[in-house]
Amino acid sequence: MLVGPAAIVMLAVTAYPIIDAVILSLQRSDLRFPSQNKFIGLSNYGHVLSAPVWWQDVLHTVIITVITVSIQFVLGMCLAVVMHRVIFARGLVRGVALIPYGIVAVVSAYAWQLAFSLNSGWIPKLLGLSSDPLSHTFGLYVAIIIAEIWKNTPFMALLLLAGLALVPDELLEAAKVDGASTWQRFTRITIPLMKPAILVALLFRTLDAFRIFDTIYIFGQGAQNTESISMLNYSTLLDRLNLGLGSAVSVLLFVLVALIAFVFMKVFGAGASPGGAEA
Amino acid sequence: MSHRPRQIGGWSAAILVVVVVSLVPVLWIVMLSLKTAATATDGSFIPHAWTLSNYSDIFKLGTFTAALRNSIGIALISTALAVMLASAAAYAIARLNFPGKRIILAVSLGVAMFPQISLVGPLYNLWRQIGLYDTWPGLIIPYMTFALPLSIFVLSSFFREIPWELEQAAQIDGATPFQAFRKVIVPLAMPGLVTTFILVFIICWNDFVFAISLTSTNSAQTVPAAISAFPGVSQFTVPYGDIAAAAVVVTVPVMILVLLFQRRIVSGLTAGAVKG
Repeated sequence: MLVGPAAIVMLAVTAYPIIDAVILSLQRSDLRFPSQNKFIGLSNYGHVLSAPVWWQDVLHTVIITVITVSIQFVLGMCLAVVMHRVIFARGLVRGVALIPYGIVAVVSAYAWQLAFSLNSGWIPKLLGLSSDPLSHTFGLYVAIIIAEIWKNTPFMALLLLAGLALVPDELLEAAKVDGASTWQRFTRITIPLMKPAILVALLFRTLDAFRIFDTIYIFGQGAQNTESISMLNYSTLLDRLNLGLGSAVSVLLFVLVALIAFVFMKVFGAGASPGGAEA
Repeated sequence: MSHRPRQIGGWSAAILVVVVVSLVPVLWIVMLSLKTAATATDGSFIPHAWTLSNYSDIFKLGTFTAALRNSIGIALISTALAVMLASAAAYAIARLNFPGKRIILAVSLGVAMFPQISLVGPLYNLWRQIGLYDTWPGLIIPYMTFALPLSIFVLSSFFREIPWELEQAAQIDGATPFQAFRKVIVPLAMPGLVTTFILVFIICWNDFVFAISLTSTNSAQTVPAAISAFPGVSQFTVPYGDIAAAAVVVTVPVMILVLLFQRRIVSGLTAGAVKG
């Protein structure tokens, strides 16, 4: 009775539409030509999977995900250690470090876009650039990746901080007495004990990065070969109003996300259930 | 406890880096919002000519005030609903043993990992058919749903820490069950509820995917969607000042929440991540 309402809402608002998406993806359904709706089987999937743009967008998404998540992991670990160990001004550090996490994603994207743009920004001036870094693919990727790293590193750090808090101080002290260096203590004791937290942090950040939309939208809606899968999904559905094709992209994205989650749990998750499904 | 000067120096440097990196982009958008239209494109970090006119401009813009009202209303209602539904579920998960427990946690985890954009097509289609497109409930429903998993994780980890025996103790001392709940349990549960409320509010306040897809006019468009559609003076000019000022206005409430409740946010998210 108590769980009922929450469970029903979650199922109704996610399961029903995803089933609806599957059904729509099997039809020719274009809001511009509503009279031509009909069941066409898997041909929308054929269309999507044989289109170079789909594979390019998968590649863009993978590039952004791998680079941002790896850098976020390293920086997030540093930040987590600072938040955990800092001997003074702990409240200040934690509060300030959370600002990028709390800030509206669109605002963070604009802050970086307007900073990098040659028309308005301080970054080209600081670096003495004469051409707009956002006018070519490489510069645009650098800017998008920096914006994503800035926004999401604090969340990574928080999830890792949860793991750091589980490492008993006595164990580290004992290792220190036995002559282990700081680095040895970190790699041999802290990291192994943190493994479940690391898994959760990487899984959550990877899935979130893979859905990247807001930043891409603000940085020119996928201009200059930066279109992500979510951006393609959005433009197919809402700019081209092709519900059938768009739904096929939705279902494929959903399957990819589920696949990533599954692989994570299989490869890294032996023994550790992410999110601690123990609860 | 005394620390060696070298340690103090090292930590000071680390703290300085964290503070500078976290604040520079925020400071930049504040600076940009204070530039006059003529100097907005000079590329200088600190304005050469200061003005507040960007702020007075956006508040004269009907779009922005409407969006602000929508953002506040939609985020508050979604958050309240999510916390209410999640409290009941979290209470059951923390206190009772029932067969569906693992299922509800699995469903929550699934929803937490769900790519929101996958729902946009079906919801867009459905909302247009049943008249929820471009309305408050049209956004409240998905926001509440995507806020539920985090709320359930965080709340159940808080609820598990509550010494529930106190409730019986109060009843033995002569309190009615309702009194025992209201006077003993509610105060103990309050910190968890407040933390969850803040975390969920931030999520709803920040959303862009649903806001841009499921709304189109002043009647339900929230600030993130409104900013991205700010009209320039002409098709080819970017309204830098307006964007920056609006960005600052939506950022202020979140910054206040984060700085005031820093400890609760950290403990809520870390507890939710480890135990939830």
